[in-house]
Amino acid sequence: MNAFEYAAPRTLDEALAVLREHGDEARVIAGGTALVTMMRQRLVRPSYLVSLREVSGLARIEAANGDVRIGALVNHREVETSPLVRERFPVLAETFRRVASVRIRNMATVGGALAHADPNQDPPVTLIALGARVEIRGPAGAREVPVEDFFRDYYESALEPGEVVTGVVVPRRPAASGAAFVKFLPRTADDYATVAVAATVSLQPDGERCREARIALGSVGVTPLRARAAEALLAGQPFGADLLRHAGESIKNAVDPLSDHRGSAAYKREMASVIAGRALTQAWEAARAAARETR
Amino acid sequence: MTRKIRLTVNGTARTVEIPMYRTLLDCLRNDLGLTGSKEGCGVGVCGACTVLLDGKMISSCIALAVSADGHEVTTVEGLVGDERLHPVQQAFIDAGGFQCGICTPGQVVSAKALLDAIPNPSDVEIRDWMLGNLCRCTGYYKIIESIQTAAQRSRA
Repeated sequence: MNAFEYAAPRTLDEALAVLREHGDEARVIAGGTALVTMMRQRLVRPSYLVSLREVSGLARIEAANGDVRIGALVNHREVETSPLVRERFPVLAETFRRVASVRIRNMATVGGALAHADPNQDPPVTLIALGARVEIRGPAGAREVPVEDFFRDYYESALEPGEVVTGVVVPRRPAASGAAFVKFLPRTADDYATVAVAATVSLQPDGERCREARIALGSVGVTPLRARAAEALLAGQPFGADLLRHAGESIKNAVDPLSDHRGSAAYKREMASVIAGRALTQAWEAARAAARETR
Repeated sequence: MTRKIRLTVNGTARTVEIPMYRTLLDCLRNDLGLTGSKEGCGVGVCGACTVLLDGKMISSCIALAVSADGHEVTTVEGLVGDERLHPVQQAFIDAGGFQCGICTPGQVVSAKALLDAIPNPSDVEIRDWMLGNLCRCTGYYKIIESIQTAAQRSRA
């Protein structure tokens, strides 16, 4: 690893000031699982690290009206085991449970994973399907960006110079809705996905036909993707095998996977369609069950 | 660019001056002489460097020592109490939970963290918790048996 200076300020304003002072030479560090690994491999050589670990107030999970706000310094294991997340968004707890191992989940933070913008990660997929928003603070103040607009390219996010992720807000789910996350990984359980899909389905008052569906996919492009054409096919329709087949064909056109040791591009394209079908089926079944309960 | 940090390592306060780029693993092994924790993959995957930071298991090979300033670290050396092996260590010996031994410190520390969190884990919980600790001798069944043995003895 290269030599660097290290600051661990107690407030966000101090952290932003250090970032402003050191510009491109500085990197923000939270859990360090991504950054330290890249520094050890000499892929990045920052001359200044600004740790957010001592900044107070960034490590809370809190209910805000029907929404849930997860601070940037909350780690993956804390999301997985949070009673509030498990009650409101069980699909999100399940998604975080599928990341790496318990040991890495104890270290890796929610904000750090977003800022890292690795398209192979699981949480962004489910956060996109749930319509979550990234909270950002920077020299120009605070702003929010939908998670689906936050990823710009391979390891590139919408963060401007001097900005940091402060949290993510997950909005309340409509009644009569369901969600599912399906991760396909043929190698080991702590690996990145070959393809991961999150789907949400909310139903019309009849409790059968789709009002709105959202489908997000990971590991099959340079960013996490949303399959809008497939979503449009589902709106207004009742559940059925033909409909799922059409949606699956559409998803093959939405993805742009790379061939690697987790599968060829052609294989990933096929599996994206299959796994999306499974996620949609689970989400739709959960939505119907929820509709029956509310009646 | 060095800094003086304070750690509580296995219950003892330690002060050490280190360069910023020192990993916690290198600090423990080279600056503090605690060579029980091993470096395997160096990228957080294999589990040989597992230690507890404030009671939670982490990969010390990808943790910066400066980020542990002011915190408590437990290594495999800290499991022995009053000259007696920790029940998890004894169970690994009795059930044959190791072969070549290089992964064993990490396995034992992870298993201790598991039994601290879940005193009576199911087989699924054991596998789920331990999946990040690789044994290239592939002695996994005996490792699971060792953890079951330790859990049973603590119930008795």
